[in-house]
Amino acid sequence: MYTPHTPQDIAAMLEVIGAPSLDALSDPPAGLKIKGRLDVAPALPEADAYAHIRAMADENSAARMTSFLGAGAYRHYQPPAVPYFAFRSEFLTAYTPYQAEASQGSLQAIFEWQTYVCLLTGMDVSNASVYDGSTALVEAVIMAAQATGRRRVAISRGVHPAYRRVLATYAEGIGVEISEIPLDEAGQTKIPASLDADIAAAIVQSPNFFGAIDHVDQAASAAHATGALAVHVSAEALSLAVLKSPRELGADIAVGDAQSFGLPVGYGGPYVGFVATTKEHVRRLPGRLVGETHDVDGRKAYVLTLQGREQHIRRELASSNICTNQALCALIATIYLATVGRKGLASIACANMANARALARAIEAVPGFGLAYRAPYFNEFVVGTPVPAAELCAQLEKRSILAGMPLSRFYPELTRQLLVCATELTTQSQIDEFARALAQEGTHAVAAV
Amino acid sequence: MDLPAGLLYTKEHEWVKLDGTSATVGITDYAQSSLGDIVYVEMPKAGAVVEQFKQMGVIESVKAVSDIFAPLSGTIAAVNADVENDPAKVNGDPYGTGWLVKITLSDASQSKNLLDAAAYQKVVDAADH
Amino acid sequence: MPSLLFEQGAPGRGGDFVRGAGKPSQYLDAAALRADLPLPDLTELDVARHFTELSHRNFSVDTNFYPLGSCTMKYNPKLNEAVSAFAGFTDLHPYAPDDGAQGAIRLLAHMERTLASLFGMDAFSLMPAAGAHGEITAMLMAKKYFKDRGEHERLTCIVPDTAHGTNPASAAMVGYNVVSIPSTARGRTDLSALRAKLDGSIAVCMMTNPNTLGLFEDEIVEMTASVHDAGGLMYYDGANANAIVGITRPGDMGFDLMHLNLHKTFSVPHGGGGPGSGPVGANARLSPYLPSPMPARDASGAYVWDEQRPKSIGMVRAFPAHFLAIVRAYAYIIVHGADGLRANSQLAVLNANYLRAKVKKFLTVPYDDHCRHEFVCSAEQLKKETGVRALDLAKGLLDAGVHAPTMYWPHVVPECLMIEPTETENRHTLDAFVETLRELVVYAHEDPAAVQQRPLHTPVRRVDEAQVGRLANKGIGLRWSPPSSDGNA
Repeated sequence: MYTPHTPQDIAAMLEVIGAPSLDALSDPPAGLKIKGRLDVAPALPEADAYAHIRAMADENSAARMTSFLGAGAYRHYQPPAVPYFAFRSEFLTAYTPYQAEASQGSLQAIFEWQTYVCLLTGMDVSNASVYDGSTALVEAVIMAAQATGRRRVAISRGVHPAYRRVLATYAEGIGVEISEIPLDEAGQTKIPASLDADIAAAIVQSPNFFGAIDHVDQAASAAHATGALAVHVSAEALSLAVLKSPRELGADIAVGDAQSFGLPVGYGGPYVGFVATTKEHVRRLPGRLVGETHDVDGRKAYVLTLQGREQHIRRELASSNICTNQALCALIATIYLATVGRKGLASIACANMANARALARAIEAVPGFGLAYRAPYFNEFVVGTPVPAAELCAQLEKRSILAGMPLSRFYPELTRQLLVCATELTTQSQIDEFARALAQEGTHAVAAV
Repeated sequence: MDLPAGLLYTKEHEWVKLDGTSATVGITDYAQSSLGDIVYVEMPKAGAVVEQFKQMGVIESVKAVSDIFAPLSGTIAAVNADVENDPAKVNGDPYGTGWLVKITLSDASQSKNLLDAAAYQKVVDAADH
Repeated sequence: MPSLLFEQGAPGRGGDFVRGAGKPSQYLDAAALRADLPLPDLTELDVARHFTELSHRNFSVDTNFYPLGSCTMKYNPKLNEAVSAFAGFTDLHPYAPDDGAQGAIRLLAHMERTLASLFGMDAFSLMPAAGAHGEITAMLMAKKYFKDRGEHERLTCIVPDTAHGTNPASAAMVGYNVVSIPSTARGRTDLSALRAKLDGSIAVCMMTNPNTLGLFEDEIVEMTASVHDAGGLMYYDGANANAIVGITRPGDMGFDLMHLNLHKTFSVPHGGGGPGSGPVGANARLSPYLPSPMPARDASGAYVWDEQRPKSIGMVRAFPAHFLAIVRAYAYIIVHGADGLRANSQLAVLNANYLRAKVKKFLTVPYDDHCRHEFVCSAEQLKKETGVRALDLAKGLLDAGVHAPTMYWPHVVPECLMIEPTETENRHTLDAFVETLRELVVYAHEDPAAVQQRPLHTPVRRVDEAQVGRLANKGIGLRWSPPSSDGNA
């Protein structure tokens, strides 16, 4: 269906090559040819394959539920213009833009993405993207270790637990030790008066995993006092639209995930990580970078630059092993930001804050429930629950409501805390339904006790 | 290819101008021409101790990267800030304004391990087949 | 050149997209808020014109023949796109409860079993987001494996001189010392040179088979046995797997670890440089170290995420799979079945050999042997005769609407062009490509200066990479800056 060869083509081509058969050309040395049948399902006609996968998609009942789940993956409105243009064949089926003359579209789009990241974070320079927010954090740690010559980082317990797990996976390989900074009663990072002198970076996420807008500015002051770098992490990039930028807060490196800019939650990916920093650290940025230049006729042009830092030239001395980035996801985010613009992005961010506060009011009105922390928040916050939050989630799922993230999944001691999220897609009727369900389940639980 | 007679050379394409216990170091015309447009030079800091034939820096062109080796042991006395600021000077004037570092030598006798212009010419001829 | 988005638009354009909800200061203290959000306000038509025009300034598989070696730029069936856009996938939250995500986990579990069977591995992790991500995942696994065995001295990683640059870079990231071994006159990794490097310090040997010259490493069984005898592990870089699917298996060659590039072999579109997907496979000895969690079935037969994997290295990205990329590859696999996949690999090899047989009449093909899915040719002789380089031929192809082959790599072949046509190109396209390349070679003898001027007809011509590189090292020219600022632009 997708290959064009007729039997006549094959015969004629074999003759040109001087080979007796396809097998003669492609067989491995004796003994390595696959024997017997593989455990692979027989081919389906395209129409059947479509129906087969459609059935698998339809089986995912959670995709249709009313959801208050955020925790690093956010359901937002995707303007139809975004996929319409991003999925044009000329973007979708192009390779990495090594050939500048044949790739100006991709290159300019990446240059525009780099600019958007800089405008949102306040940083001087951004790369062309990395896999996701967690791997962006790993790259920031490597950058800080190289910049300072130190091998230990201090990371807030408010940084997304999955991001911290990923960092822990890499830590031994890259030779970095991790120490954690605890949170205080308000749900914010308890920045110590002074950091240890061997710390390469202080890392704080804001809003943090508990939804709290966190003390990045304090972390930056403490870091700079010991010659360390400050790293700002964003798991909900939409918050950058209204909050002080990482640069204003004193960060040297800003990383995060831009999934909120037009990418679906998609059961975990693909998303798009960003890494931005100051001019001073530009050579430590991992992966691709696009710069502005001109061609032999003097026309403005864009081109991959600083390739001498990269693995295909520097091999084992490269600043990172990254090769493929998330170009199409960065393009989606770029088209999203272009489509919604300054006005739209601010409106959407305000709608998130408004709906989250409406959600908080509704929950606080339910006996036994209330906000667990006092810190200011963006579109997510933690609810104290009268029963274990994991049990509550299981009950609400039966009513087709995804209640949120029980914090016990990552913080075993926090059994009666539930992280909930509202976005611009959350409606008042969903909030009312959620509050009614909480009231009933909470009452049942109290009665059962 | 320009190959001044009064200088000493390494197989790795550095040149050395000796002046008593001080040496000025750069890369040869052949090296800059092979690398192409140089965009970045990373050199040791003044005061750094370098060892003969060990890596002391990196030079990067648009499409390639190459190590810079110390031709002689000693202490870095000066670094050419003009080249750090404008690496194209290495392409434009490799033996003049494109010099890289000055080394205060710890063992001037090591110069016996270096090549003269004729011997270096043979290295270049071999590299070009 | 279309102006940048930031040079377009005007304050007052644009819309809210959602019901108005006031100002940020209604919700947060001013101390937490930014003073300004300096993004352009555009109309949707501005956006439409801009990105449509940008798209016209790109080559792509759907518009151009793309014989880019080691990149497997095959046609990407649109079925992949349609099924990955189903709301049951796109709206599924990664923390959805397993019982509400049965279809998704089942798809991943089927995919995992299928890859394990196709490549002769015990198990695959679908977590890594790209090939290089898969490589470092496997290096972290190797490091943990040797740590568990108390073999802390194993810190050497061997790579052939033809290896992808990501191999040494990935090995170096986990602290391995990289040792390179040469190729033989036959374009294969030198077995005796490999054996000479084997001692108690060997951790991993990373190989690509067929290698990046497009040649099958016919002593691969001896190589894997030698590395195993020395206590090391064999890693298979799956970049060139399009030559072997359904024909031979890395597991049967003796590899312990491997990655695949689903965006090469299994037709996930490249997207201008990602997202990819780089599943990592492991044999029974290494599979306990694969990332966690893994899709599995519980006692009742339900699909679940198994997090009880005590030897696992852990997570390598925040969520368990590059899911929508894997859905695309899954669609490709189920419409082909094992026989269809094998046929595709055979036709990829046929197309490459057909080009090789024709190109060698006017350009040097250094290793006179049947190739697999790709081959390299050299413009070294042409350069000596005319001054025209591989780069000039590549740029000349762009003028003819053909994407350039991979150039100047692997480094063992001077003035190298690496050509991979893939199985989805027809004979007419291949013949036209050969004719275009042949004409360029002829023209190089007649008027080399004219060839060196090419391309003439692309949206831009050859660009200045030196000045932009020098400025970029200072952080300049990597973004648009407002005209009023301090000269960052």
